[in-house]
Amino acid sequence: MSIKLTDDMLSMLPDTRGHFGAYGGRFVSETLMDSLMTLEREYLRLKKDPEFQAQFDKDLADYVGRPSPLYFAERLTKKAGGAQIWLKREDLNHTGAHKVNNTIGQALLASFLGKTRIIAETGAGQHGVATATVCARLGLECHIFMGAEDVQRQSLNVYRMKLLGAEVHSVTGGTRTLKDAMNDAMRDWVTNVDDTFYIIGTVAGPHPYPLLVRDFQSVIGRETREQSLRQAGKLPDALVACVGGGSNAIGMFYPFLTDESVELYGVEAGGLGIDTGKHAAPLSAGRPGVLHGNRTYLMEDENGQISGTHSVSAGLDYPGVGPEHSWLKDIGRAHYVSVTDDEAMAGFHLLTRTEGIMPALETAHAVSYAMKLAAEMDKDKMIVINISGRGDKDINTVAQLDGIKL
Amino acid sequence: MSRITGVLQALKDQGRKALIPFITAGDPAPDQTVALMHTLVDAGADIIELGVPFSDPMADGPVIQLACERALVHGTSLRQVLGMVRTFRETDDRTPVVLMGYLNPMEAMGYGAFADLAKASGVDGILTVDLPPEEADEVAPLFTARELDAIFLLSPTTTDDRIRAISEHSSGYVYYVSFKGVTGAQGINVAEVAEKVQHIHELTALPVAVGFGIRDAKTAADVGKVSDGVIVGSVLVDTIANNQDNPEQLKKALTDLLHPMREALDGLAS
Repeated sequence: MSIKLTDDMLSMLPDTRGHFGAYGGRFVSETLMDSLMTLEREYLRLKKDPEFQAQFDKDLADYVGRPSPLYFAERLTKKAGGAQIWLKREDLNHTGAHKVNNTIGQALLASFLGKTRIIAETGAGQHGVATATVCARLGLECHIFMGAEDVQRQSLNVYRMKLLGAEVHSVTGGTRTLKDAMNDAMRDWVTNVDDTFYIIGTVAGPHPYPLLVRDFQSVIGRETREQSLRQAGKLPDALVACVGGGSNAIGMFYPFLTDESVELYGVEAGGLGIDTGKHAAPLSAGRPGVLHGNRTYLMEDENGQISGTHSVSAGLDYPGVGPEHSWLKDIGRAHYVSVTDDEAMAGFHLLTRTEGIMPALETAHAVSYAMKLAAEMDKDKMIVINISGRGDKDINTVAQLDGIKL
Repeated sequence: MSRITGVLQALKDQGRKALIPFITAGDPAPDQTVALMHTLVDAGADIIELGVPFSDPMADGPVIQLACERALVHGTSLRQVLGMVRTFRETDDRTPVVLMGYLNPMEAMGYGAFADLAKASGVDGILTVDLPPEEADEVAPLFTARELDAIFLLSPTTTDDRIRAISEHSSGYVYYVSFKGVTGAQGINVAEVAEKVQHIHELTALPVAVGFGIRDAKTAADVGKVSDGVIVGSVLVDTIANNQDNPEQLKKALTDLLHPMREALDGLAS
């Protein structure tokens, strides 16, 4: 049963301690508390600072290339045989994904705070590339932490980061994926907290990160709302976005939360199938717990140890999710579903062949679900898929899965 | 008076400093932990900090990360760790035991159930690395009601206001993290520690124990001079890793490490 959200309610979330209902918060060791409180204070000040906002908007326009188009996918719509399918083209952003919206914003924050050294974690490498890119532009020292397994399966992005001048640290602890990269980034931060700014790539982590990443990514939904009204003459009936940590999804959903008629669908990585346990779908099959500085839905065992995850897409291969999504799930405002590796691969090929748009494997999860959803909806209905990133980085993985040697 | 407060008060009355070793429960194997705890006591430990293994120990360096991995290979759970404390208590009812770990295993067990079982097992204090007092309003009262000491961290970046507020939420002792970094890193600056700990003493009446970076008797004595106790972790855990296949040799190696620290600390009293 969904509750009706109002602007007044949303303005109080997160609360002053970073909580979205039972989720979020600030669960970190004491050494980081002072930095997080300073970051929160400065961000809340800069959020209202016209100079900061003007610079952010200018960078998004002139450097990222915003607004990104909203495109009517005519052939895909015919294929699904139901609702009209529109694509929000975040893949056309500079660096090829939505991640750069956030790194532009956080790098600007870092500059205002006088920090000269940047660290970031990355899964698929898109956030790492987007961070290395803004660091190159601003002349900032850049260190990227990446799980050793991801370094291997996303080697193109590793090389891109190096070309941009970043140092890539391959993380060999734990499961050697995104969560371990985040652990090591936190360890670096606690050690170099005086001069270092941690650019977290998703809407998870300790307060105020889920707040500020959501704010920076909300440009996606704001544009989509305006473009829908202008191009289609109405609001969409449904929005579909993939969810790993959930930054592209929250960026798309947030400006529509009070629009009751707009259904929201977050698509998690079903991996080999939810029943197999080999997936990365905490909202679909996990339970609340505390990891990486926030309380949220997690994949964990009965003893509270974090489970290994599996997804064909490195960017979704994470056992947690942003706390605001956990809250949206519990209040019933957004639906969280999953699609398997195989379905996502089919979505990848379908969008590539039908529209000439090659999506990231993360994004392909959203495409796959949207096809099913569209088929069940009337032809006068409208769906927007957030095309969060382009698929060039995944070509090696796709070739390997298809048994082709490049 | 809690067992922790009693021990620290008695030491203070004697002009002595607390030696607080840390090991990870279940490392190298669950059936060795209780024996290792007794070894620590025999070598001079006043209080034991027993690490609860966690899959994602964000505040720890590689040494304790690997200890967690070794313990988790054997499936060491929080429930089993509490069982180890219960067994330890059968033959030692005077050495306080502080559980040190991360919040999620406690949350998974349920805070009420955890607090009950901890008390019943003979645990004296709880130190949760990723639980600042701001987030402890649900959990801390459960500990207080069962006379379990809630121990919080202070760090070089903790402001005076926070030192006061954190101390108010704490009992037993406060744990001062000697430098910005993870466990096992190099970086302790004794002069800086002395200055900050003296300042903390001005802001709270609680005993102050100092951890991170204490690897030898000299550093232990230098830090002991300005604090109420020293916490020694990674160097012990490293020793466990290096002697994991030979329990007798391990016992000797741990004793050889701790004994000089004990003597150096007691040398401060005279």
